[in-house]
Order: sequence, then C-alpha cells, then structure tokens
Amino acid sequence: METKVQESQKAVPAETPKQAEDRRWRMVDRAMRLHGFQSHALIETLHAVQESFGYLDTDSLKYVADGLKMPLSQVYGVATFYHFFSLKPAGEHTCVVCMGTACYIGGAADIIKGITGQYGIAPGETTADGKLSVVLARCIGSCGLAPAVVYDNEVVGKSTSKTVLEKLGRWTNS
Amino acid sequence: MTLEELQEIAQTELEKQLGFKHQVNVCVAAGCLSCQSDVVKDALQKEVVRRGLENTTRVKGVGCLGLCTAGPLLTVDDKTLYSGVTAADASDIIDALGGSPVGRLDCSIQMPFFSRQHKIVLENCGKIDPERVEEYIAVGGYLALYKALTRMSPPEVIDQISKSGLRGRGGAGFPTGLKWSMVSKSFSSTKYVICNADEGDPGAFMDRSVLESDPHRVIEGMALAAYAVGANHGFIYVRAEYPLAVKRLKIAIAQAEKMGLLGYNIFNTTFSFDIKIRLGAGAFVCGEETALISSIEGRRGTPRPRPPFPAEFGLWGYPTLINNVETLANVAPIISKGGEWFASIGTEKSKGTKVFALAGRVKNTGLIEVPMGTKLRDIVFEIGGGIPGGGRFKAVQTGGPSGGCIPEEFLDMAVDYESLAKVGSIMGSGGMIIMDHTSCMVDVAKFFMEFCMSESCGKCVPCRVGTAQMHDILCKITEGNASTGDVVMLEDLCNLVRNTSLCGLGQTCPNPILSTLRYFKNEYMAHIEDKTCPSGACKIQSPVTGGKQ
Repeated sequence: METKVQESQKAVPAETPKQAEDRRWRMVDRAMRLHGFQSHALIETLHAVQESFGYLDTDSLKYVADGLKMPLSQVYGVATFYHFFSLKPAGEHTCVVCMGTACYIGGAADIIKGITGQYGIAPGETTADGKLSVVLARCIGSCGLAPAVVYDNEVVGKSTSKTVLEKLGRWTNS
Repeated sequence: MTLEELQEIAQTELEKQLGFKHQVNVCVAAGCLSCQSDVVKDALQKEVVRRGLENTTRVKGVGCLGLCTAGPLLTVDDKTLYSGVTAADASDIIDALGGSPVGRLDCSIQMPFFSRQHKIVLENCGKIDPERVEEYIAVGGYLALYKALTRMSPPEVIDQISKSGLRGRGGAGFPTGLKWSMVSKSFSSTKYVICNADEGDPGAFMDRSVLESDPHRVIEGMALAAYAVGANHGFIYVRAEYPLAVKRLKIAIAQAEKMGLLGYNIFNTTFSFDIKIRLGAGAFVCGEETALISSIEGRRGTPRPRPPFPAEFGLWGYPTLINNVETLANVAPIISKGGEWFASIGTEKSKGTKVFALAGRVKNTGLIEVPMGTKLRDIVFEIGGGIPGGGRFKAVQTGGPSGGCIPEEFLDMAVDYESLAKVGSIMGSGGMIIMDHTSCMVDVAKFFMEFCMSESCGKCVPCRVGTAQMHDILCKITEGNASTGDVVMLEDLCNLVRNTSLCGLGQTCPNPILSTLRYFKNEYMAHIEDKTCPSGACKIQSPVTGGKQ
C-alpha cells in the first residue's frame, strides 16, 4: 500500500516536471504524504497550498484532487466553504479589518467606510493596480485593543479611519 | 518518565529560579505582542546583559497578564505591574529593581481588576513561560496525570469530575462528568478525544489566551480525559487565525512527546495517548460538534442531525469526546485537589469559575476569571472599571451571536448558566461586550444577524433562508423603511428559525433579536414610527423628520 501510494505521488509531478522542481509544491506534497494521501488530509493540504502560493488557483486544486484521489468538485466545495481559503491572489499588501463585536462597537464600520471611500474597493477586493487588498475578519481575538487592524501580519489596536488611511497611503504611494 | 524524574525536573527548575534575585515577566500573548511587547522584552534583555546582571536578573516571556487594554504589560518579582511599557523604559525598569517602582509605569496590582479575580484556569498565565515544559512541571504540572494513571481507575477519574459539578465551558453547559461517562460506556477499542479550540464567537478570546499562555494545561487535561474514557488518540481543532496559539501548541506537544508525557506507556503504565493538531479554516459553524468532526475528516463543516451523538458515533464513526479548551483546562486542578474542592466554588448549579473576555465600552478590557455567581454589576463596574468617557451603561452582551443583550435592570443578577438563560441570554463561551448609550440595539441585532447569515452552512432551509430574511427586515428597520407589521413578521421568523433549524447555530441565532425586542422594543419602534435612531448610530434619512445624517 505504502509503495503504491508513493508511486502515484511520483506520477503526478512527473507530468509537470517544472512544478516538481518547485520547492513550494514539495511543501504541498509533504502535507499529503504526512497524512498518507487520505481524503481527510484535504483541509491540511489546502492550508499548505495557501501558505506556499498565497491563494488557491484551479491548477493547485486539480493537483490536490489528483494527489488525494478525490473528485475536483469535492475539493472545490471545501475550498469555497471555508472563509480562510482565498481563490484569488492577494494584492502586494493586505489590510485586514477586524469586524468582531468589540471592534464593531468601537467603530470598525467607519474604518471600512473610509477605505471604500478612498480606494473604491469593498472588503474582499483588491485595487486595480494590485497594490492593496482589503479583507474583513470575523474576530482576530484582539478585542482588548478594539478596533484592531492587521497590516501584513502586524496587528495594530485602537485604530481609527484616519490612522488606517494614513498607513494605507504610505503603502499605495510608495 | 517516572515520578522521580518529574520531581527532579521541577526541583532543578525551582532552584534555577531561586538563583535569580529578580524576575521580570513580559507578557508575550497576542494582545501585548500587537503593542510590540517582544521589542520591550528584547530591550530589557539587552539592558540586563549590558549591565552584566544576567546571573541575577531574568527577563522572560510569559502568557496573558489580563489587562489587555494597558499593554504591553510586565511584572517585576510578581509584586509590581507596569503598563504601557516601551523599549525606552528598559533602563529605568532595571534601575528600579529592588527599589521603589517606576512611578509613571506603575499599575496597582491591588486594583479591583486583579483583586476581585479568582484564578483556576488562568493560574499559571503570566507566571510561566508557555514555551518551556519545565516551568509547567515546576508549578506542579503533570502531577495530576501521574496521580490519575497510577492511583486512580478511569471510573474514579470520572467520578471526581462528576462530583466537581464541572459543566461545559463552550456555551451549552452540559455536565462534563456525564459526557465523559457516556463516552466511556460506548463499546469500542478505538475512541477519540477532541479539544474544541475553534473559538468563533466574535468578541471572545479566552481560549486563545489559555492556549498561548498555558498550553500544557490543556494537553494534560486531554490526557486525563482520554484515560478516563479509554481513548488513545486526540485532536486539537484550533483556528488558523490564531497562529501564535498553533505555534505554542506545536512546541508544547513536541516537548511532551520528548519527555514521554505523551506517546506510548505514559509514566510506565499501559496508557498511550497522542495528540495531533488540526487547523480550522474560518467557519463559525465548526464549533458545533458534528460540523467539527466533519471538518477534521477533511470535508465541509456541515452539521448532521443528532442522535447519534458523537459519544456513540463520532470521528470516523468511533465514540468521540469533544470538550472545550477551558473545560479541559479545569480538569487537572480538579484531579489534583478533588472534585469537592471545585464544587465548593460557585453557585448551586454552576460550579467553579468562568473566564470572561471583557471588551467594548468599558475601561479595563481584557481577560478575567471570576467565581460563578459574581454579580454582573461587579464585573462591569468594579473589575471593568465602568464606562469610559462619561458614557452611560446600556447593555451587556454575552454569548456572542447565540446570546442576548442584558439591560441595566438585571445588573444585580448573579452570573451563572441558569440566570443568564432566564433573562434570554446564554453563558456562551465567555465573551462579554459592554455597550453604552452610543450603541443602537437594532444595529447590534443586525450585526449579529449579518454574522449568522454569512456563517450559516446552508444545509437546512430555516437557517439558510431565515437568517437572510431576518437580516433584510433589520436592514429595513435601521434604514427607516419598515412598518409595524415587519416587527410581527420578525418575531414569527425568530420562532420559526429557532424551532426548526438543524443545529445550534440556527436554533440560537434569533436570540440577539429576541432579547433586544424584549428589553429595547422602544428603540425598534423609534426607528419604525419616528424614523429616528435614538442613539444616533443608524443613519436614517427621512424627509418627514429630517433625520440624522
């Protein structure tokens, strides 16, 4: 069973040797191998894909479906069910605005309004020049610092529409 | 691992700690980290090295100190608490060691925020380095597991948990001892224990803080649970949005495995147990038991009808015990000190303590642990310090999207499972959001309904369609376009969705509406009849009254 699985794993990258060389695909392969290429590895594997590539594209979904011997529909179903997975590439910078209860009470809606007014993009969208993505988070658990905003993994508490636009301005003008 | 080895590790660690004249503990949980507490820690360490004090003064990172709003926080010799520290303060802090504290940073440890708390779950938070198992062992860690494995039979362990009166801290409050005995009675050679760390309630961060500050406590609790119910494999289902908690859990599991506290033949007994981490992917519904199981199996997180309950038919069809992080963190102290000790704390039906995440319009936001039965007024005004900026208290929201808003008239109520249910809210996982006169209750209800609408998994019709319809009506009300008939329709829909939905998400999602309708109906009517929002939060544009812009 073990050797069979390994053969099939080799067979997939063999079709696209360029991909096989890519270190990032090896991360994905590793995630599948750790779980013995069983179907319950799907979510863990998609996490690996997203970590390696930043988002899930059709090619990677097909690759995972082949690797785990699952219908593509099922992989697509899981990828779209969970909010954490993104099927579109993110912009150069990402700004996550927390919309937890504490942040909402603290005025997170005004921050979103400010961003939409300035850049013309709604949460979940990326500016046309690909510089900035804005994402809503359900709660990042920094309620003690509400309203919280995450700039490329850096959490900043007690934000206002003004401080957020200042920070974003530095990104988009550079 | 033997008892002697465990004691030796504890002894060595304690002696090492006694060797230092001063201990500076810097909070490196997510709240303080986001105010650059890691930079403060580095600056302090550099300062200590620069002065050649590294043999007498130890600077270490610890878990959550509680008062998140005043971060970065640090304690000196467990006596002095400094708040709002920056890297520039490092030199002054080292200067003041052993003398009187730095006045401008000093934050009284005697203030009610700290003195009114009773810590069981959080007792090690802010004291031990979460990334070192030795420190957990030095404060008596894993002794409960040793005691259970060598001197207690599994039914005796369950008996102690039943006696303690511990109830599920995830929200519903199901008696933990009963749940354990159900799983232990299920006949199967394979069983699983799952720790539910999918803390999805917006406005709640208790589980994250426990995992970031004291991960070994949860691991020990899981091992005890596994021994009691006869399971050999465990999973921790944790949100991918909590990278620091995931990192510390991974470190803790690796350390426990290396020391033989997880794995085969723990403490040279026949008991074997391993733990794997599974990352959630941002679906609120996965906090529901059957949806969580489905997610661990790699599928979409949709719930299924119960029975059969996971205690009989859970992960991959095997009997499965699912407990919340805080529930499991209570297990080790109960086994160490006995169920009766735990039962002596709290109220008649709700035993022990509860961790709350205090947030919103309150002075002292952060993490608190109080005995069950503490008055709401004490939590908000004494521990929380009241409303900042001269605001007027309006309501406190508990239980997240499944809970309700409690108005001022119930402030003298004792907080426990029953009394919260009586006023139309729930204990929930422990999020407590304080609102003042600037919050519109209709808008708050709309906020939660929008949450439930987008988090509904779509499997059953009442929840999928009902939440959208209720959200539409709430939008109409907040925009000033509703009529009185809409409120009747809203109430009907609430009852329908509550009675006919498949899982807890749908069954409880009307709670925010029902509780605000019950206590703040005048606000709904003001939006509908006068086309105004009393708190000014909703922007109603009405030609009749001119409205607020």
